[in-house]
Amino acid sequence: MHRLDIEKIRADFPILQRKVYGKPLVYFDNGASSQKPRCVIDAMVSHWEMHNANVHRGLYALSEEATASFEKAREVVQKHINAKELNEIVFVRGATEAINLVAATFGRTVVGEGDEVIITTLEHHANIVPWQQLCEQKNAKLKVIPLLPNGEINLEEYRKAFNAKTKLAAFAHVSNTLGTINPVEEMVSIAHSHNVPVLIDGAQAVPHQQVDVQQIDCDFYVFTGHKVYGPTGIGVLYGKRKLLDAMPPYQTGGDMIRQVTFEKTEFQAAPHRFEAGTPFIEGALGLAAALQYIQQLGLDAIAEYEQELLKYATESLSAIPGLTIIGNAPHKAAIISFVMENVHPHDIGTILDREGIAIRAGHHCTMPLMKALGVPATARASMAFYNTKEEIDRLVAGLEVVRGLFK
Amino acid sequence: MDQIRELYQEVIIDHGRHPRNFGSLEHPTHHAQGFNPLCGDQLYLDLFLEGDIITDVAFRGEGCAISMASASLMTETLKGKTIAQAEQIFHDFHQVVTEGKVNHAAELAKLGKLSVLTGVCDYPARVKCATLAWHTMHNALSNQTEVASTDDEAS
Repeated sequence: MHRLDIEKIRADFPILQRKVYGKPLVYFDNGASSQKPRCVIDAMVSHWEMHNANVHRGLYALSEEATASFEKAREVVQKHINAKELNEIVFVRGATEAINLVAATFGRTVVGEGDEVIITTLEHHANIVPWQQLCEQKNAKLKVIPLLPNGEINLEEYRKAFNAKTKLAAFAHVSNTLGTINPVEEMVSIAHSHNVPVLIDGAQAVPHQQVDVQQIDCDFYVFTGHKVYGPTGIGVLYGKRKLLDAMPPYQTGGDMIRQVTFEKTEFQAAPHRFEAGTPFIEGALGLAAALQYIQQLGLDAIAEYEQELLKYATESLSAIPGLTIIGNAPHKAAIISFVMENVHPHDIGTILDREGIAIRAGHHCTMPLMKALGVPATARASMAFYNTKEEIDRLVAGLEVVRGLFK
Repeated sequence: MDQIRELYQEVIIDHGRHPRNFGSLEHPTHHAQGFNPLCGDQLYLDLFLEGDIITDVAFRGEGCAISMASASLMTETLKGKTIAQAEQIFHDFHQVVTEGKVNHAAELAKLGKLSVLTGVCDYPARVKCATLAWHTMHNALSNQTEVASTDDEAS
């Protein structure tokens, strides 16, 4: 496997050249949103400058070009996650919309009164609330699988949770707060042995590792563009063809219909059935450019380098007196949540910011997880392949400033 | 480091770590709960009024150094004040932390101890931390039952 040329990579990201409060930016909030390489920016600008028109409509050159590149972007996504068919890729606004779509269509169809939906304690609000709403509407039960103390899902409890009433299981591939990488293949296989379909929230996985939806064998897989170095406002719902084909539409309107009369409407097949209205065309192009960019770097090389960063950061942060890392699963993405004695995470965030270091502090949209962990909030450094060990050293120095102020 | 010191002055660190009037009153005449949905900071405020005058105050909750220190300093300030005086101080304090209006020594003097929090105006994301306790006080005094929130705060 080749090694990444980090200096060269950093030059691809214009924002990494800027300073914050006179100090070179250290960006450690990749779990919230990642930075964009030049090729993503160029893909979007070039669409506006040269090919801008609506898709699937026009009979002229611009629209044909826009349609071709929009559908090409779908193909890039399909290949990237190794979906079997092109029609299994639905463009949405983000992972949140993808989960809401599945809950409102598939979920509403398969979940009835007295049924059960399984999620886990480490879910992001986006993978809790849509299911909670569905269960409320259907008078069904939301079953939450607990974690082990190190932040792993308790697989024994997960295994035991399934019964004849279980209609759906939804869980994250990678925890945005703890970094835990869940054994998704095993979890899907357990669910399938009970004939329960599975949705996986891959928002934190796709940016950092190779994802193969056929190998995982999940029924739905969702992720968002802006965490994988693409633009905000675009995301992907992958669904197995036979499931998508049987699902009612989510939103209705233009572009998703085959024929409309005032009496009745005939809908398009998937994926267009789920893409009502003009899509975020340039967003899809930007996302495709981002995926091609990380493919070119090599997902395995990215994962290996990020694991090096994780190891270095874990060792460096652990050495700081009074600092505790929250989440110590053996398989982790390069995400480190931590708390410091006598210092609230928000104070850590503000002080680091003045050192030019961007981290996240708070509940990370996982309030039930915070409650289960018994902490009101954590500070979180989430890394990407453009980060360096020198930046981790600066984080450590910043945390020493924090200690100095609160000693 | 020096700039950040202006925000995290010794007084703030001290009040944040050892908040004064921390706990609850046995028989409060006024009570309110405050919540900052952005960061999850929670605050419970008890007031005891004799006629128009706040004679005792206590708070409990958890949050960052800024919100704890602000609540602690507020409880010290409020004791002995009338409702009108308390609301006036809230008004002045709010103006200072949101707009940074501290041009006059007289204004600073009016705020007394609270003036250590004026540095917050340079940190828009933290203004809500400093004002949560005051919004909660306002709700308690006006007998509003809903949880005080900093949602509408200009930041």
